[in-house]
Amino acid sequence: MADKILIQLSIFVNNTPGRLAAVAKTLRDCGINMKACNLAESTEFGILRAIVDDPDAAAAKLAGKGIIARKTEIVGVKIGDVPGSLYEPAHVLGEAGINIEYGYAFTGKEVEGLLIRVDDPRKAIEAFERAGLEVIDRSEI
Amino acid sequence: MPFWNEEIETMPREDLRKMQLSLLRRELRKMYDSSKFIHDRMRAANLVPEDTDFDSFRRLPYMVKDDLRETYPDGLFVVPYDDLVRMHVSSGTTGKPTIVGYTRRDLDNWTESLARGMTSFGVTRGDVFQNMHGYGLFTGGLGAHYGAERIGATVIPASTGNTDRQIMLMRDVHVTTLAGTPSYMFHIAEVCEQNGIDIRRDTHVTKALAGGEPWSASMRDKLYRRTGIRAHNCYGASEFYGPMFVECEEQRGAHVWADLCYMEIVDGEGEPCADGEKGSIVATMLQKEAFPLIRYKIGDVSSLTWERCGCGRTHPRLDRISGRSDDMLVVKGINVFPSQIEGVIGEFPFLSPFYTITLTNPNYMDQMTVDVEFNPDFLTDDMTRVAAMSQQVQDRLKEVLNIKAKVRLGLPDSLPRFEGKSRHVVDNRSYE
Repeated sequence: MADKILIQLSIFVNNTPGRLAAVAKTLRDCGINMKACNLAESTEFGILRAIVDDPDAAAAKLAGKGIIARKTEIVGVKIGDVPGSLYEPAHVLGEAGINIEYGYAFTGKEVEGLLIRVDDPRKAIEAFERAGLEVIDRSEI
Repeated sequence: MPFWNEEIETMPREDLRKMQLSLLRRELRKMYDSSKFIHDRMRAANLVPEDTDFDSFRRLPYMVKDDLRETYPDGLFVVPYDDLVRMHVSSGTTGKPTIVGYTRRDLDNWTESLARGMTSFGVTRGDVFQNMHGYGLFTGGLGAHYGAERIGATVIPASTGNTDRQIMLMRDVHVTTLAGTPSYMFHIAEVCEQNGIDIRRDTHVTKALAGGEPWSASMRDKLYRRTGIRAHNCYGASEFYGPMFVECEEQRGAHVWADLCYMEIVDGEGEPCADGEKGSIVATMLQKEAFPLIRYKIGDVSSLTWERCGCGRTHPRLDRISGRSDDMLVVKGINVFPSQIEGVIGEFPFLSPFYTITLTNPNYMDQMTVDVEFNPDFLTDDMTRVAAMSQQVQDRLKEVLNIKAKVRLGLPDSLPRFEGKSRHVVDNRSYE
């Protein structure tokens, strides 16, 4: 189960022009590679949500540069490159009464899927597996 | 322009000073006998009411707002409830407001001061007076109402808000005089312009009583150019009675009725300021009954002049308030202390203690923004939660301050770190 829970870095970025560039430069300088990412914003700040190779090391490096990053547990589910593929996982979670906070698409070399943040990742993984959906393992990212 | 009470209003300066001294001694005697608070202070200062002069009077320590607050709700009152006919309540810094009481005589003097003031800029029994000050705990509404009614004007108690209806009344009921906050008059002007209403052509409004918030002579001129309304500044405080002192037709300061109030202006060392020199206002109410207001340092900064006024009134004139001697802010006419905001921030564990307050006034309407930041331990990447948290802070501020403040919840370490209190406030309001 543990390998099926993916760790996302949520990197907090102030809402000022050039701030994302500064964060991105730090990521580059620290040699942090992003496998997937997504940007979200509130009125006061933005969040760069990213899947990276070694989240612990990356978070430590960013903290050293004064950038706040938090680790968040998310779940990945494989979906096909066909119309309607969002329906299955969304339906499964809905039936299981699991709430989706946010999600974004991921396309890797081997797999493509949907990365989602839910209130209870373990329950989500069980629900997907019961429904016969394939959950993305850490090694596949 | 006629007088309301010509004998008092034009009394020769020397007679006025003599009257002030005898009223002061009488008030001190009354309070010495009935108020333990004043009694103890006078004993400590070695003052006997009958021997007090303006010089020895200065030995009495200032009264401050905290003296009223600490004796909440009625610890300073010196008359039984049988003799009280009204109470007003003003907002406080720490949740506890200040309560002021009135005897019938107090209401009478308050009303008299406004009847004189409004007469001094031309309000008569022929006027229709639309009162857009809030009725209720705030003294502005009932104060202006009673003053205008005493003159015999036709008062419309419109109270605040519902701008469309205010404008409808202005047009339909032959309103000649408005009372309200200057910012609200600018708002009325704006809405009229948007709807193609020309106040000069479509209404009969030519004058106004304006106060309850800081404003300037240049705003007054702007309002006149825009609407043809000559607005007259009004100053007061609920601790005095309420709004009391009004600019006459000359518009060169508000006449401070010397038979009702002995006003001192003092510098930072407590020394009296010269005529026309800026300092802290220290007010003594000379005919107050419900509770003593003796050497009350209200915190407002201005200057007072005895220079003769073109209107013929001999009472001194108070310039516009130019600032505060403490960190109090006046926002939309409501007193706000940064410590209140600090208190609210302290209630939320998810906030760090750092904040800044930014004030702006587009179209002279005050807006307050409070920037706060996350306590790092509570930072979340769930934007719905973030929005709910800042809403929670905003709602609580509204409860405590009675005005809406926009809250911006930022990242840890995103706000500047200050040491002094005043540095928390960026006041970008302009009264040009």
